[in-house]
Amino acid sequence: MENRRVRTGKHFMMGNVACAEGAVAAGCEFAAGYPITPASEIGHTLAKRLLEVGGYFFQTEDEISAICAGIGASWTGKKVFVPTSGPGISLMLENIGFAVGIETPVVLVNIQRGGPTTGAPSMGLQGDMVQPRRGSHGDYEIIALCPSSPQEMFDHTVRAFNLAERYRAPVFVMADAFIGHMREEVTIPEPDELDLTYRRILEKGTDPSTVKVFLDEEVAPMPIFGMGFKTHVTSSCHDEYGNRNLIDPTALDNFIQRLRNKILKHRDEIVQVECDYDNCELALVAYGAVARCAKEAVRVARSKGLNVGYFRVITAWPFPDREVQDLSHKVKKILVLENNSGQYYPYVKAEAAGRAEVEFLPPQILGQVHGLDYVVQKIEEMLR
Amino acid sequence: MRTDLIIAGVGGQGSLMAGTLLGTAAVVFDNKKALQTQSYSSELRGGAAVTWVIVSDEEITYPRVVHPDILIAQAPQAIVRYLSQLKPGGILIVDSDMIKDPPRNGYELIQVPATSIASKEIGNSIVTNLVVLGALIGATQVVSPDAVEKAIHISVPKSKVDMNIKAFHRGLEHAPK
Repeated sequence: MENRRVRTGKHFMMGNVACAEGAVAAGCEFAAGYPITPASEIGHTLAKRLLEVGGYFFQTEDEISAICAGIGASWTGKKVFVPTSGPGISLMLENIGFAVGIETPVVLVNIQRGGPTTGAPSMGLQGDMVQPRRGSHGDYEIIALCPSSPQEMFDHTVRAFNLAERYRAPVFVMADAFIGHMREEVTIPEPDELDLTYRRILEKGTDPSTVKVFLDEEVAPMPIFGMGFKTHVTSSCHDEYGNRNLIDPTALDNFIQRLRNKILKHRDEIVQVECDYDNCELALVAYGAVARCAKEAVRVARSKGLNVGYFRVITAWPFPDREVQDLSHKVKKILVLENNSGQYYPYVKAEAAGRAEVEFLPPQILGQVHGLDYVVQKIEEMLR
Repeated sequence: MRTDLIIAGVGGQGSLMAGTLLGTAAVVFDNKKALQTQSYSSELRGGAAVTWVIVSDEEITYPRVVHPDILIAQAPQAIVRYLSQLKPGGILIVDSDMIKDPPRNGYELIQVPATSIASKEIGNSIVTNLVVLGALIGATQVVSPDAVEKAIHISVPKSKVDMNIKAFHRGLEHAPK
C-alpha cells in the first residue's frame, strides 16, 4: 500500500516544502501557524499534506496562539510542528520557555529573515542565532539545528522530531529565507529507511503520584492528557512529581539543573559538526548557507596552495564546546563567517580563547551570502 | 561543467516557473545537479521577478550566481539590473517584443519574439516563458529537450500540457542552430 506520509523519490524541491515533507514523514500529526514570509510555503504544504494523512493544520490568529495550540496538542500525545519566521518566534518566546519547563516535545522552525522588526521578509539573514538559546527568560538549554540545503531541510526536520521526542523538549530548525526558498535535489527515502523516535508515555493505569514524570535527566515518561492520569502540569518550579515548590532554593536549583542536564548529559548524541582541518593553519567556521561558501572557498584556497580547513556547525545549540576546543588546539587561526554582524562569533572566540586567534568576516552586503573571491582574499591576508 | 543562469522579467511572465522547469528537467530527468533561488517584489504582476539557476554535472557547493554564463531578459529592467553581471562572451537571450534594441557588445545575442509567438501562434501569452525556455535549450543544450518535456508533464495542470509543449517546441525551432 502506498505510504502517503513519505513522498519517496528524487525531487527538485523548495527547502520550505522539503521541511514540511520532513515533518509529515517524521509522523507529525498537528501543526499550527500564522502565515509569514519567508516561511509560508511550510504552512501551505502542511495544510494540504497533514489533512491527507489524517492530521490537523490549525491556522491561528497569531503566533502566540500557534505555540500554545502546539503545546496543548503535544500534551495529547501528538507529534507537533510550529513553523514560522523570526517575528513569529519573538511572539512565541514566553511559551517556548513554558514548553521547556513542562518538558513538551515540539519542533519549531525559524526561516530567518532580514530584521530587526518586520525588516525585509524575503531576504535571508542569519539574524536570530542566539534567540532560541537566550530569547526566553530564565536559565535553560535548547537544541537547534542548522540546515544548509533543501535536502537538509528534510533531514534535519526529521531529526528535530526525533530529538524533541527523545528529550521531551522544544527543538529548533534554524534556516533562513535563502535556504527556505532554495530549490535543489531532495531525495526522500523509503518509509522503512526512516529511523523515527516516539516519546515514552506513562503506562496506562499508572498512578503518576508514584512515578517520576518530570525532571528526570534520563527523560521521564510523559503523563499525556486523555489517558486518565491525574497530574499537575505547572509552569511554576516543581519537583519530579509535578508538585509546586516556590519557597525552597534547593527546589529551584533542582528544577533548573535537571532540565539543563537532560540536554547537556546527552550532548554527544545531539551535537554534530563537520570537520576537515587536520594539519591546517587556519580554519573557516560557518553554518547554514554560508557553510557552502566556506567549503568552496577552502577548495579554491587549497588549489592555490593555502593551508586552510573547514569546520561546519550543524548543531548550533547546545554549543559544540569540545569540538571547538579541539579545533582551537589544532589550528592557529579561526575565521568565523556568518550572514549577520557576528552573533555566533563571540561563543567561538570565547571557547578558543588562549589557543587560537579568532576573527570574524561578515558578508559584503548583509543578507547576501559572502562572495567567493572576497573570502579567499581574506584567507590569503590571514595566512600572509 | 557548471552553467550559471539568470532569468529575469516582471511578475506574471513566468520567469520563476521557467527556472523551476529547467531545474526539474536537470535533476529529475537528466541526472544532473541544479540549484534555484529567486527574488520578487510583493506585487503579483508587474513587479520585478528574477530567478538564479545553476545546472551542473557535479555537486553544487557555492550556491550563488555572481557572474552568469547566460542571461535571459524578459523585460527592459532585467537588462538594467543584470547585464553588467554577465560573463564576457556570455549568452544574452531577450524577448524581442519587450526589449527592442538590446546592447550588442561582447555577448552572443539571441532575440526571440516570445510574447508574440505565445499570444498569436499559441493563443495565450501565459506560455511566453516556455518559448523563451525553448530558445535557451535549442541554443545551449544545458539540459535535454526530452527532459524539459517530461518536467512539463509533471509540473503543469494536465489540460495545459499540450499548450506548454507546443510553446516549448516553437522556442526550440527559433533558436539559432
